[in-house]
Amino acid sequence: MDNTDELKFQDFGTASNLLSFDQDAQTVAVSDSLASLSEEEDVKLDLNEDEEGLENSKLLGEAPTGGFWTFDYYQSFFNVETVQVMDRLKGSVMPIPGRNFVKHYLRNKPDLYGPFWICVTLVFSVAISGNLSTFLSQFGDQTYHYRPQFHRVTIAAIVIFMYASLVPLCAWGFLTWRGGAEGQMGCYTFLETVCVYGYSLFIFIPTSLLWIIPLEWLRWLLILVSTVVSGSVLVFTFLPVVRDHTRLTATTTLLTILVLHSLLAIGCKMYFFHTAVHMAAPATTPMPMMTTQVTQAH
Amino acid sequence: MAEADGSSRAFLGLSDVSISADIPVEGDISMPPTSSSKDDGFSTLDEPVKDTVLRDLKAVGNKFVHVLYPKKSKALLRDWDLWGPLLLCVTLALLLQGGSVDSKDDGGPQFAEVFVIIWFGSLIITLNSKLLGGTISFFQSLCVLGYCIMPLTVAMVVCRIVLLGGSGTVSFVVRLVVVCASFGWSTFASTAFLADSQPQNRKALVVYPVFLFYFVIGWMILTFAPAQ
Repeated sequence: MDNTDELKFQDFGTASNLLSFDQDAQTVAVSDSLASLSEEEDVKLDLNEDEEGLENSKLLGEAPTGGFWTFDYYQSFFNVETVQVMDRLKGSVMPIPGRNFVKHYLRNKPDLYGPFWICVTLVFSVAISGNLSTFLSQFGDQTYHYRPQFHRVTIAAIVIFMYASLVPLCAWGFLTWRGGAEGQMGCYTFLETVCVYGYSLFIFIPTSLLWIIPLEWLRWLLILVSTVVSGSVLVFTFLPVVRDHTRLTATTTLLTILVLHSLLAIGCKMYFFHTAVHMAAPATTPMPMMTTQVTQAH
Repeated sequence: MAEADGSSRAFLGLSDVSISADIPVEGDISMPPTSSSKDDGFSTLDEPVKDTVLRDLKAVGNKFVHVLYPKKSKALLRDWDLWGPLLLCVTLALLLQGGSVDSKDDGGPQFAEVFVIIWFGSLIITLNSKLLGGTISFFQSLCVLGYCIMPLTVAMVVCRIVLLGGSGTVSFVVRLVVVCASFGWSTFASTAFLADSQPQNRKALVVYPVFLFYFVIGWMILTFAPAQ
């Protein structure tokens, strides 16, 4: 008698109900029943790609050959061509709302060439432009003695490389933890996050060169434009990942990313491009003291 | 007896020979003199020090000439040495000293900073080129990058001479022209050697860091401000 109960037709519900119940489930597409559900097809496609992303993140990257102590492991991160790098640079300065930088440009082939050399170039361009702007702002001053200010290179290098490595680490860690905790689609791999951040810093290179022009309103306008552009690249990249979090978490995450980015821009501008007013003031005050000391000695 | 004949047939030729003490054996067991010159590694111990030093100096000088007239040549790549880069690096770092006297923070690069930039810069560019799949070896690349600093060192010498005559606008323009010309020469000379080792679709990826490296060195030379 029990067998007849088991043989009765059991209603498992439609595929859409099952899908909403457990989004990580593997689905076999049966075209006639799912043809009408075009939205969920897109969801399934994203799932497949992100499942690959999950597997890759477990393998610490793109299944590179050998362990991390071999040369081949790192060679797999430099597997790009000139054309691809140019494409990614273009994508970082022209953010389009639908286009996710990671999905559209990186396509599971993140590289370390771009982020590394963009950071190096940014270090030198900020230091050199800062030096030039200090020189130009005191051009007419006869008492000014030009100094190369080489220590700025060291400071710029520390700040920029720490930003480009620690902030992606925190972002990746946070998003992976949240994604894992809620059982939803996973985040990008660590390398992809570093890649996005590195390429998003590219717009600051021409901005820092334009900062030489000694007009304050122009400098602030440039900060605004460049932060908006590179911030939107980051936002469009991380939007699909935080979309499934609660609204508060999503907005907080995106806002934090934007705030850190603009802090970097403003900090660079304030430190490297401060105007002559600050430098002239301490130089003039010791001089009267010295003359009074000389007169007292006599 | 038949077996003895069979076995002795194998040693037929030897049966007539008897080795006895009264047959003189003569010959010469010393090594022929011609073989020692094939093996340079052993024979250079006996040559005078002057020869050794002159041979190395000639090799270094030969490479300097190759940098002056950069044409594709395998000699610089095959016999790499790092004496030339060391000499150039030390010369450049010494010439960049003696800048602004009150250079606690705001001065030019210190001796160690120049050294670090040149050697770490060359190292990173070499690693970059190897990671991108270049066929040039590690030390060959260091050798090429180091030797191609020579035009910039010459420019530094010229700049210091020009600065002896004053540091006005004219001297600045002259120094700018000299540094730009030598920077272009350095980049051109090193890419003539390095770019060939890369596949076509990645040449620009390898040339750009070299460009940046010599640009930074040129910037350090141009902004050298003497003590007043």
